[in-house]
Amino acid sequence: MKKITFAINYRKAKAKYNQDELVEICVRYYFLDKNTSKYKVKNMSTGVKCMLKDWDKDWHKNPERLPILKTDIDYIEKNKKLFELRKRILVDNFQKIDTEDKLFKSSKKLNAKIPNGEINLKWTNHKNNINLVNPANKRNIDIIVVGTGLAGGSASASLAELGYNVKSFCYQDSPRRAHSIAAQGGINAAKNYQNDGDSVHRLFYDTVKGGDYRSREANVYRLAEVSGNIIDQCVAQGVPFAREYGGLLDNRSFGGVLVSRTFYAKGQTGQQLLLGAYSAMNRQIAKGKIQMYNRHEMLELVLVEGKARGIIARNLETGEIKKYSAHAVVIASGGYGNVFYLSTNAMGSNVTASWKIHKKGAYFANPCFTQIHPTCIPRSGDHQSKLTLMSESLRNDGRIWVPKKIEDVKKIRNGDLKPIDIKEEERDYYLERRYPAFGNLVPRDVASRAAKERIDAGFGVNKTGEAVYLDYSSAIKRYGKEKALLIGIKKPSEKEIISLGEEIVEAKYGNLFQMYEKIVDENPYKTPMMIYPAVHYTMGGVWVDYNLMTSIPGCYCIGEANFSDHGANRLGASALMQGLADGYFVLPYTIGDYLADEIRTGPISTDTKEFDEAKKSVEEKIKKLANIKGSKPADYFHIKLGKIMWEYVGMSRNEKGLKTAIKEIKKLRSLFWKELFIPEDIYSMNKELEKAGRVLDFLELGELFALDALNRNESCGGHYREESVEKDGPQKGEAKRDDENYSYVSAWEYMDDPSKSVLHKEHLKFDNIELKQRSYK
Amino acid sequence: MKLNLKIWRQKNRDSKGKIATYTVKNISKDSSFLEMLDILNNDLLEKGEEPVAFDHDCREGICGMCSLYINGKAHGPDSRVTTCQLHMRKFNDGETIYIEPWRAKALPIIKDLVVDRTAFDRIQQAGGYISVNTSGNTQDANLTPIPKNDADKSFDAATCIGCAACVATCKNSSAMLFVSAKVSQYAMLPQGRVEAKERVINMVKQMDKEGFGNCSNTGACEIECPKGISLENIAKLNREYLSATLSTK
Ligand SMILES: Cc1cc2nc3c(=O)[nH]c(=O)nc-3n(C[C@H](O)[C@H](O)[C@H](O)COP(=O)(O)OP(=O)(O)OC[C@H]3O[C@@H](n4cnc5c(N)ncnc54)[C@H](O)[C@@H]3O)c2cc1C
Ligand code: SF4
Ligand code: FES
Repeated sequence: MKKITFAINYRKAKAKYNQDELVEICVRYYFLDKNTSKYKVKNMSTGVKCMLKDWDKDWHKNPERLPILKTDIDYIEKNKKLFELRKRILVDNFQKIDTEDKLFKSSKKLNAKIPNGEINLKWTNHKNNINLVNPANKRNIDIIVVGTGLAGGSASASLAELGYNVKSFCYQDSPRRAHSIAAQGGINAAKNYQNDGDSVHRLFYDTVKGGDYRSREANVYRLAEVSGNIIDQCVAQGVPFAREYGGLLDNRSFGGVLVSRTFYAKGQTGQQLLLGAYSAMNRQIAKGKIQMYNRHEMLELVLVEGKARGIIARNLETGEIKKYSAHAVVIASGGYGNVFYLSTNAMGSNVTASWKIHKKGAYFANPCFTQIHPTCIPRSGDHQSKLTLMSESLRNDGRIWVPKKIEDVKKIRNGDLKPIDIKEEERDYYLERRYPAFGNLVPRDVASRAAKERIDAGFGVNKTGEAVYLDYSSAIKRYGKEKALLIGIKKPSEKEIISLGEEIVEAKYGNLFQMYEKIVDENPYKTPMMIYPAVHYTMGGVWVDYNLMTSIPGCYCIGEANFSDHGANRLGASALMQGLADGYFVLPYTIGDYLADEIRTGPISTDTKEFDEAKKSVEEKIKKLANIKGSKPADYFHIKLGKIMWEYVGMSRNEKGLKTAIKEIKKLRSLFWKELFIPEDIYSMNKELEKAGRVLDFLELGELFALDALNRNESCGGHYREESVEKDGPQKGEAKRDDENYSYVSAWEYMDDPSKSVLHKEHLKFDNIELKQRSYK
Repeated sequence: MKLNLKIWRQKNRDSKGKIATYTVKNISKDSSFLEMLDILNNDLLEKGEEPVAFDHDCREGICGMCSLYINGKAHGPDSRVTTCQLHMRKFNDGETIYIEPWRAKALPIIKDLVVDRTAFDRIQQAGGYISVNTSGNTQDANLTPIPKNDADKSFDAATCIGCAACVATCKNSSAMLFVSAKVSQYAMLPQGRVEAKERVINMVKQMDKEGFGNCSNTGACEIECPKGISLENIAKLNREYLSATLSTK
């Protein structure tokens, strides 16, 4: 019954107060009366007063947790005083530190460690000033890297080259299969090979702007700064990037920016880059500098005296749970888009590693920042297990539309009308209509929301009502005419034009068209493709400082798993860049700063209380899952969670829906604990057990995700709150960012339940870029 | 659709396996082959039975994790696709489908349809890389132009997804197509020439050590390879190997 809260000291009957009257707030708590051995209530006056209308009696339920609302001009000072008093009582009476005085703790606890100096010198100065570990000492230091994607693979290889002993983990049967392998389009770098005015500063600017001003300037600048090195490195490793006839590297433009800075290897850029990092790893594995643990899943982080000292992992083939120690732990486990069940991520992509460290003290930042990609192949029915991305490049030539008349939509769905029979003037090219300046090339978040708007209005064109057309007929005709002219056909027939045009489209997009045809069984040259937005990438993730260290000493987080560089929206071709920048060029330096103090530590034993306890907790958790013995497979809960997330926390969010989501997810989680069924043999390959563990972590993350979305009552990037739109002016109806109140990173601290998480704010400062509202009209 | 499935079930590496028979109903022709297996597994789970273990991850034909021998063909009846890209519309209602794991001495079965392909990793560790550190101080990427044709060929070889369908298809269980793809990728690039000799010798040595069979130029691997890796790579490997062994003798 140790409760401590705030309350109002009413001096007369409640009803007799009017809203503008001042009331005094007191701290109310229970204490043990030694004489009677019973708890008693005590009210302590605080001297803090506010108007009744500014008092939030439900403050503890509100994510902001402010007893005095922001409508009071002195709310910061007053709340501060309240929490200070409360803290004193807590310490005096309960020997407990206050976990809720986040207003001020945020500044204390979140130290981003951004180096001083001009933005373009920060990284150089920082490298010159941080501690280094001498090569002989590196041999005595172990590092665990969880994940072998672009981030983890490049980090493992680089750290091993430097001389550290690395232990790498992945859940697939080979490090080469990490989900980075699926990236199609390309990787950005400020090389300015095309001489079109690109520069480090421009890439930095585009990334901050594209992220809708919710990322940390210093990190983004560094990313742009090292981007060129990545390309040099990959070419030296033998990555076969696309080349021009002159033998130099080719570039394409990507994601609506004004320069051509994207390097690519056909539609398999991620594959080629990952195989590069994998080959660098192989070289170190052969030398014994990396110990590779394939088919192993990290299930717990081990802390010793507050520092990350190892992990507990399960061998997915034998079911064996083992302890692994190191002087530092690096998490590179990728994104958590699969919290939506259906996404473009791999089936096994998960939040488990990030979530486990979160529960051990690492803050989770901006969980609600998700990218929904506009051009994916729509769902074909309830059997669907994942969604396939169609490269963004398709929007360069394709035109997106739905019928203007709802009758036509109905006929199409019934199969009574074909899209090619709908006349030009009966089609609604809604992106061209709404955004004449950018048309079909608006950023991903804008294109996705516009599709949703049409679909919600009932204009979806497939049998599930969840698709719009992406039409190549105009492009085929345009290219056909150009080609006919070029090869000197005077009056080409319609048929000639189309066949010439199709040839050109095939040369440019053939592999994508083929992929579409294999999946949908329709010929996209002859009938428009159907597309629909799908969850693709998570900008949010584990909070890290400039050194990429989480809020746990010695625990780092890199790649998509961290939050650092993309703000509220990621530009195309920037995730690969970030993963490799983190792993090849940033972490190998910054980790030295921490490890310099570890050279005398010696090997870390796993025969300690901390390791044994962590191992035991993992084993017990697994047994508990196996013992539920309900009747529903893990997928059942995952699908349900996905539906809740998509409906209430998807492309468009509002307060009511988010509160519903939180409630529903809680309910689903308790159902999970009653109804789950997994095969009981936990000491063997048990794919259902793997799934169940991941789904459980998603069920917890989902709740924090919704809470974060609820807290952020602004629309920015991929996060769209219906309450925050432009009310009038030329931008009427568009998303409205609120820099005054939300120009911060939300970093959540775990308290034994996701919805009790405490919010810390890292305020973002923009010294080099002017904040503007994005406009694509 | 309704289908009869004959599936290889094997508890672990040491146990003996056998074919078990199942029926699945109400399968949409638009669902993928693996989604059909998901449905089977969820049926089994709801009855409290052990689901069928199979490997998969990306489900879009790029990670190389999926690996099934379907009706006697690696990755099933469709051409140039992996199992995860295969759709049920390629089958007929009421059909009986045999589903088995890859079979080769060098690819032992771990459970049901899951096999151990770490031999592929070890072959690459034997030399499938260019020895360059990530110093960040390598030369500028455009300093050495590479003819587009070479770069494209190197890329084509590099698109191998390491699925091992070539091994499973080959009557000798040879891994030549896989190894040759890796060797050619580097042999075609100037960066890769420096260590070309050691690379080919070491990788072939490891391949033999893992217990893969010899190549008898049957060419079945090329036909079944989901990525269309060409037999030309094997010819290239043979040339590289010959010149390397001659010059080091
Ligand atoms: C279809 C698709 C296309 C894309 N195209 C592009 C593009 O063109 N350009 C671009 O820049 N970005 C693209 N992206 C985004 C980009 O691919 C990813 O953000 C990036 O590759 C993530 O890399 P990563 O190293 O952080 O994680 P991943 O590559 O996802 O690797 C995660 C690793 O962690 C391991 N792991 C996870 N959990 C555990 C655990 N508990 N225990 C042990 N190991 C674990 C996995 O085994 C894996 O090795 C695309 C993404 C998708 C899905
Ligand atoms: S060569 Fe083809 S079949 Fe063999 S592993 Fe590579 S992609 Fe698979
Ligand atoms: S699951 Fe990745 S290739 Fe089939």
